[in-house]
Amino acid sequence: MLKYIFKRLLIMIVTLWVIITLTFVLMVNIPGSPFNTDQSSNATVQANLEAHYNLDQPYYIQYLLYIKSIVTFEFGPSIKQPNQTVNDLLSRGFPISFELGIITIALAVVSGVLIGIIAALRHNGFLDYLTMGIAVLGISIPNFILATILIQQLAVNLEIFPAATWRSPAHMVLPILALATGPMAIIARLTRSTMLEVLTQDYIKMAKAKGLSPWKVIFKHALRNALMPVVTIMGTLFAGILTGTFVIEQIFAIPGMGRYFVESINQRDYPVIMGTTVFYSAFLIIMLFLVDIVYGILDPRIKMHQKGGRSR
Amino acid sequence: MKPEKEMEHFETPAAIPDEWFSWKEKDKEKMEEVSRPSLSYWQDAWRRLVKNKMAMLGLIFLVLLTIMAIFGPVISPYEVNRQDLPNQYQPPSMEHWFGTDNAGRDVFTRTWYGARISLFVGLVAALIDVTIGIIWGGISGYKGGRTDNVMMRMIEVLYGLPYLLVVILLLVVLGPSLGTIILALTITGWVGMARIVRGQVLQIKNYEFVLASKSFGTKTSRIIRKNLLPNTMGPIIVQMTLTVPSAIFAEAFLSFIGLGIQAPFASWGVMANDSLGAILSGNWWTLFFPAFFISFTMFAFNVLGDGLQDALDPKLRK
Repeated sequence: MLKYIFKRLLIMIVTLWVIITLTFVLMVNIPGSPFNTDQSSNATVQANLEAHYNLDQPYYIQYLLYIKSIVTFEFGPSIKQPNQTVNDLLSRGFPISFELGIITIALAVVSGVLIGIIAALRHNGFLDYLTMGIAVLGISIPNFILATILIQQLAVNLEIFPAATWRSPAHMVLPILALATGPMAIIARLTRSTMLEVLTQDYIKMAKAKGLSPWKVIFKHALRNALMPVVTIMGTLFAGILTGTFVIEQIFAIPGMGRYFVESINQRDYPVIMGTTVFYSAFLIIMLFLVDIVYGILDPRIKMHQKGGRSR
Repeated sequence: MKPEKEMEHFETPAAIPDEWFSWKEKDKEKMEEVSRPSLSYWQDAWRRLVKNKMAMLGLIFLVLLTIMAIFGPVISPYEVNRQDLPNQYQPPSMEHWFGTDNAGRDVFTRTWYGARISLFVGLVAALIDVTIGIIWGGISGYKGGRTDNVMMRMIEVLYGLPYLLVVILLLVVLGPSLGTIILALTITGWVGMARIVRGQVLQIKNYEFVLASKSFGTKTSRIIRKNLLPNTMGPIIVQMTLTVPSAIFAEAFLSFIGLGIQAPFASWGVMANDSLGAILSGNWWTLFFPAFFISFTMFAFNVLGDGLQDALDPKLRK
């Protein structure tokens, strides 16, 4: 187990290094100086600015400084909004985005798993077809389109929920619904198919035969194994929800990190884009690592064939 | 043995005239024919796919969509980017079947242009993914040992990179255009395909028929082409049908955050993004048509992929 964790940790560090280096190489190769705008076209001013941000140093020094700044959680300044750093944006926007993301994940996992179980238990029945039909739709409709439909129907036409911003629980309903439907559908389909497979196995018959209640058989015996594939795709789902917040926050005017990120893209605020991307990537890569560890703990088979026998 | 009773009903005519009979040549080719036609793997898969109603619905939709993407703009009397401000926000009518948008452009024409771009992005990205994935996964799986180890570690690192974030990063620097979008989508997109191909090759290369080929002294490249690839085709095709919708989604998503295909091109994502505000003022058709086609195309690819997965799985063969 320790060897497994160590191997994963090593891969995680290399992945982090790749993304940091990639952002650095891209940043250096952006045509023109970042300060080459109308206000600061004065040569002395520009030289001073470049010296201030160490842009006059050779690349390898810049690279080392860049790595140092990221390791110490300094993600860099903004060039479009003076006196703003990526850290300021993070401390302001991240809590909101985090709240949105966490509730979305919780909702998607719990309801997705429950729907999957129900569909599996009613295999080929009406409920199965109904839920799986909805699930295929949920996967197919992109979240930004779903968000617009929800606003149009529930906020504008019926006026049940407020259409935008992030103030009260009522404000949270529509964005979370728009964001959670896709992952929920994916989890439901996955749970259903693995649940169907698990339910035919001998140890389930055994559990039933020894007189356990149906609830116990499903939740204690079947679900534990049926959830393994769900755990494996959690990393991908985190990534999907995170990128989903970019558009959802934009549409619902939520002052979260994703909105600042899209703004910085539209303004071509390169240091903010790079800094935020590194932050997001590091966050996701660490999440992926944690998911792998959890998977290793839950699946006893991993200990036995550590030598590359695992296919994710 | 038939029971006596039935035998009684059987009446032989007194005499059968000779002209009722004719001599037939011996058909040497058909002498050893088996009564049931033998189906190849692909025929059998096709037969099972046809039985899957959802998958066929998806397939038919995609065929129609492709036809309209090719001929739609041709049969329409309007030009894609021709602005006609006096006729802004016309609801669907006989002249403009899907209505007009904020600049008076014909939504019908633009929808099929969008189909061209979305399908093009999706298909090209999937093809590039497949090509790189087959080469990388094939070599990695077939060589095994240290080569495999090194190649797989590289894949694991790339797989850990957040896909859309890398795409955003690249597009910010390269500038969005059709080419750079496809490049950005494929630069780490092939990793999933390579993993699948490697897994398959790893399994198949130990089968007896590959060993037989090897013992005849067949060249490695020929073994990979003739023995391994045809047998990995099933999972590759399934993965491809699932790559296309994710590329289409990514393209629409990028348009949405301002990194999509730039004017004068009109992709579905750009059209949907342009008409977000319009829906609140009641001009639903400007959003409905691109949104419907993005969703239904993804739906079609998803159900087709599911159907192919079932149809191409040799375990389910009857």
